[in-house]
Amino acid sequence: MGDDRALRQAGADAVTGETVLVTGASGFLGGAVAAALLRDGHRVRTLQRRPSGVPGAKDVLGTVTDPAARVAALSGADAVVHLAAKVTFTGDPAEFAAVNVEGTRALLADAATAGVRRFVFVSSPSVAHTGASIMGDGAAPAEPTRARGEYARTKAAAELLALAADSPAMAVTAVRPHLVWGPGDPQLVRRVVDRASRRRLALVGTGAALIDTCYIDDAVEGILAALRRIEVAHGTAYVLTSGEPRPIGELFAGFCRAAGVAPPTLHVPVPVASAVGAIAERVWRIRPGEDEPPMTRFLAEQLSTAHWFDQRRTHRDLDWHPAVGVSRGLELLRDAYTRSAVAGGAGDLAQ
Amino acid sequence: MSGTASASAASRPPEGLPGLDPAWSRLVEAPSSDGAPRTWHLLDTERPGDPEPAGTVLAVHGNPTWSYLWRDVLAGALAADGPRWRVIAVDQLEMGYSERTGRPRTLAERVRDLGLLTEVLGLRGPVVPLGHDWGGIVASGWAVDHPESTAGLILTNTALHRPGSDPVPPVLRLALTPGVLRTGTSRTGAFLETTLRIAHPPLAPAVRAAYRAPYRSAAERLGIEQFVRDIPASSDAESAAEIERIAAGVERLTVPALLLWGPQDPVFQERYLADLQQRLPHADVHRFEGAGHLVPEDADVATAVLTWLRSAPLDGREPEAPAPVGSDYDPLWSVLEARRADPSTALVEMRPDRRTALRRVSWRLLATRVEQIAAGLVDLGVRPGQRVSLLVPPGADLTAALYACLRIGAVVVVADAGLGLKGMTRAVNGARPDWIIGVPAALGIARALRWPGVRIAAGALSPAAARALGVTATLGGLAARGASRTLPPPPAADDLAAVLFTSGSTGPAKGVRYTYRRLAGVRDALRGECGLTPETGLVAGFAPFALFGPALGCRTATPEMDVTRPATLTAERLAAAARAVDADSFFLSPAALTNVVETASDAERDDFARIRTVLSAGAPLGAPLLERAALIFPAATLRTPYGMTECLMVTDVTLDDIRAAGTGNGVCVGHPAAGARVRLAPLGADGRPGGARTTDPDVTGEIEVRAPHMLDGYDRLWLTDRLARAGTAAEPWHRTGDVGHLDAEGRLWVEGRLPHIVVTDSGVVTPVAVEQRAESAGVPRAAAVGVGPRGTQQLVVVAEGQRPGVIEGPLADAVRAAVGRPVAAVLGIERLPTDIRHNSKIDRALLARWATTVLSGRRVPTL
Repeated sequence: MGDDRALRQAGADAVTGETVLVTGASGFLGGAVAAALLRDGHRVRTLQRRPSGVPGAKDVLGTVTDPAARVAALSGADAVVHLAAKVTFTGDPAEFAAVNVEGTRALLADAATAGVRRFVFVSSPSVAHTGASIMGDGAAPAEPTRARGEYARTKAAAELLALAADSPAMAVTAVRPHLVWGPGDPQLVRRVVDRASRRRLALVGTGAALIDTCYIDDAVEGILAALRRIEVAHGTAYVLTSGEPRPIGELFAGFCRAAGVAPPTLHVPVPVASAVGAIAERVWRIRPGEDEPPMTRFLAEQLSTAHWFDQRRTHRDLDWHPAVGVSRGLELLRDAYTRSAVAGGAGDLAQ
Repeated sequence: MSGTASASAASRPPEGLPGLDPAWSRLVEAPSSDGAPRTWHLLDTERPGDPEPAGTVLAVHGNPTWSYLWRDVLAGALAADGPRWRVIAVDQLEMGYSERTGRPRTLAERVRDLGLLTEVLGLRGPVVPLGHDWGGIVASGWAVDHPESTAGLILTNTALHRPGSDPVPPVLRLALTPGVLRTGTSRTGAFLETTLRIAHPPLAPAVRAAYRAPYRSAAERLGIEQFVRDIPASSDAESAAEIERIAAGVERLTVPALLLWGPQDPVFQERYLADLQQRLPHADVHRFEGAGHLVPEDADVATAVLTWLRSAPLDGREPEAPAPVGSDYDPLWSVLEARRADPSTALVEMRPDRRTALRRVSWRLLATRVEQIAAGLVDLGVRPGQRVSLLVPPGADLTAALYACLRIGAVVVVADAGLGLKGMTRAVNGARPDWIIGVPAALGIARALRWPGVRIAAGALSPAAARALGVTATLGGLAARGASRTLPPPPAADDLAAVLFTSGSTGPAKGVRYTYRRLAGVRDALRGECGLTPETGLVAGFAPFALFGPALGCRTATPEMDVTRPATLTAERLAAAARAVDADSFFLSPAALTNVVETASDAERDDFARIRTVLSAGAPLGAPLLERAALIFPAATLRTPYGMTECLMVTDVTLDDIRAAGTGNGVCVGHPAAGARVRLAPLGADGRPGGARTTDPDVTGEIEVRAPHMLDGYDRLWLTDRLARAGTAAEPWHRTGDVGHLDAEGRLWVEGRLPHIVVTDSGVVTPVAVEQRAESAGVPRAAAVGVGPRGTQQLVVVAEGQRPGVIEGPLADAVRAAVGRPVAAVLGIERLPTDIRHNSKIDRALLARWATTVLSGRRVPTL
């Protein structure tokens, strides 16, 4: 116990007041990570195309594929949390590779050159998902050739690059938050609630697939824990979840209730969803629009198979336990929707 | 084209065969029976420089397999704690990766070949030959020829039957047909493929490929053909004399022996096991229910072998004799003998056809009848130690037959009809009775399903019906036959008296062995705990306890009910039975009690007001049911002892005790009773019991019991028996497989079954308390199960009477709030899977598999 506490303390001291680069800080999770680092007394630098909107963070505008922007952002940085990625479900494979693989490769190289000591690569459990149900498995190795979809394949390749770059000079770890959600989440919660409010949300399959998710605050604290505990956690990947997996239908219904809209009652058989997804992917490839297609094969699979994880190694190595969890997270989501309604907002927290 | 005898050298298996460590492979040259040196391929766990092993297992495969069959035994021996056993598994010549010599080998040559090989190997220390199929005969032959080295013998699905005495099984007869033989065995891989196809469950493709690997061409398969050709279809066949020599030699072996059996074998059927047991009467036997011919693939043969090597007295020492439990022994039939002149009522049978008409049997008649049937059975040829299956519903005939069998030392086999036909067939095949006493309906089933045993009818039969049922005698005929004969001396107290089958609520029903002393212990436990005396009038509506009525000296009535469906007992029928014996005590199953409570009316008020004791056992009873029963039986003490077939009374608890205990983690079953002692094997963080046994309060662990009335052991389930034993041979304890704790007052609380506990990443969760809390949230009946890998399991609550699938919304919220720990999902189901006998023991293992499928996102399966 005593040793453990001493180690924790040493780790905390070591990073306090350092300069941390957060890439992709204009995103839901990246912004929250940047804000939490500032809260903890760090200096925060960000790198992405748009302003991060995080008060107190110093933005470098650009992309990870731009050498000048990388060098500027990394100058004087002690640590990096790399979230920037192309995260859409469809799109040009070359673009995925350029941003997710080559961008990461370049950022790792430049970070090492710039004297960065800690590097947290924010990955995704989909890098190891080959289509089968995941029920209580740990963080399996990333599989760039077998992962589903361009995003997962390129993130898998990038994760392997990141872990290979782990060295005594620069410790690298990879964390894979699974389905991050929370108030203001523009992806999961917003899509579910939007579609449900337009009565256009259907559950794929039975809706019973047991799914782990990660409440935003848990994801942020888990990433910070990885940074803090990188002496233990380097060279390997960790899945981050809030624990408390739920059947996906129940989870979506929880989102809807929190937002005050009727939960979905429609079910679409998996093969139908998969077929629709395949068509939609092809159509979007021809005429890419602003929005994402309503369904992709990847999404159909994600929404109809179990995904929940053994978190024991994560908890032990990162010396971290999710503080919020799913049940409490849904309450916080409901409170946020209530506040925004009271404030006269449109009920869409992502705007 | 006779025997396209192409010779080829021995080689090593390719790398990458599942479960096979290439480091085990060796090529060894040895002289052979044909005069030429031959090269063997064998697997060997020993490395140069290893210290001398405790002994050597010499494993011999059969046809058409190879040493690959024993890979788990090798791996297990290397992984085992304690004294190290060397395992050598040979590929017989012409087989596996051993040399193809180009000439056929007879059985006698094979036995000599193996002996010449072991001379070269220079085995040190004791040797335990282990053989499967034909390898069993070869291994037995080695044992017979090396008595000075042989410390034990392990055989699995093999045969030493005398040629001609028993027909060759039809499957093999076909293979032996000229023309079929070569085509089926060497020219094509049909024989090999058939053998590989009959595994239960099917072999993984990679394992199947590994078995095929040395037999890819007709030349490589020649040994398979030769082996089949060598099967003696008649007594003048070439190898018949050698088999006979080995069989006779095995009969002389006195070393410990272990017989491991897969009953689903179309070739080596159960009668071959019975034959082996006759030759090796001291052998330990384990039948792996559900396993077939390829026993080492179908069942955990490695664990059985290695556990046995550790525990069997292989060094010639005498096995440690268990200390007798209890010293005074009063035979079960002593009341009958004492009251043989008593004209008062012993039994009343409520007849199913006419509700009010009674069959009354006095003590005098019962005693006489028991002695007559006993003598008649002896006259028919029933011998002490032979097994008699009783397929008779409770009543006068069952009682007479039961006590007659006990009196002459026959072993009574009792399998409850509640097991269902499939379960009954398994039980009867497992216990292998020599005789069946049954009512005509049961005998018809016995004949149709080819249950073993000479059939004796309970009740009168026309000669035509007797012929149709293949009946040898009737109870009435036996009584007449025995009337003028004297009885042999009674059996000894520690002889086997009965095999009682469990309810099979978790896996196949197990046969539980009771000696006369221990059965008498059950009687004494009931007498002491329930205050039953010769003045007691008892209505016995629950089979296991009903059998003890006459031994207790109580006037016993059997109510009108279908014993396979206890819920058919109504309050009206129970009251009629109570009036018939002026009853003051009831034994009822939980299902029967439930129905009595539901059907009770004012009409039974007076009869029930006289009842002083109501005992209900067999499954946990909820306090609400007991509270309702208390209203119907206002003067009675309501008892619900906790026990199992293995120990019918572990603790006892009354409704008042339950009220006083209140709620807690599990069901309060009261204090240890009737001389039973209880202790706990604490559960570790991984949910497995172990460590120092304790009676400290609030330590959750596996419940262990020791009592004068507990089982002697499991029947023909050596490994199960071994694993269920705790303590020492001198002071044996029985592991119940239940999980619970003692409280500060010394009361036992049952928290669930050991295989049903849920091990989450924040600790062990036992199901019963979770279920009770879920039920308090408005679920009529709930089951708590775990999904996912042990150690990181998710807790799932399954609620009965709901549409199958995920329940979300207010009911799920209420359940989660009531349970008070993370519940991943609340699932609905129309009916929970329960045991047939009690409809109360939930099959949580089955339910967990169902929940896993549902929560994987696949279609909701039906149960």
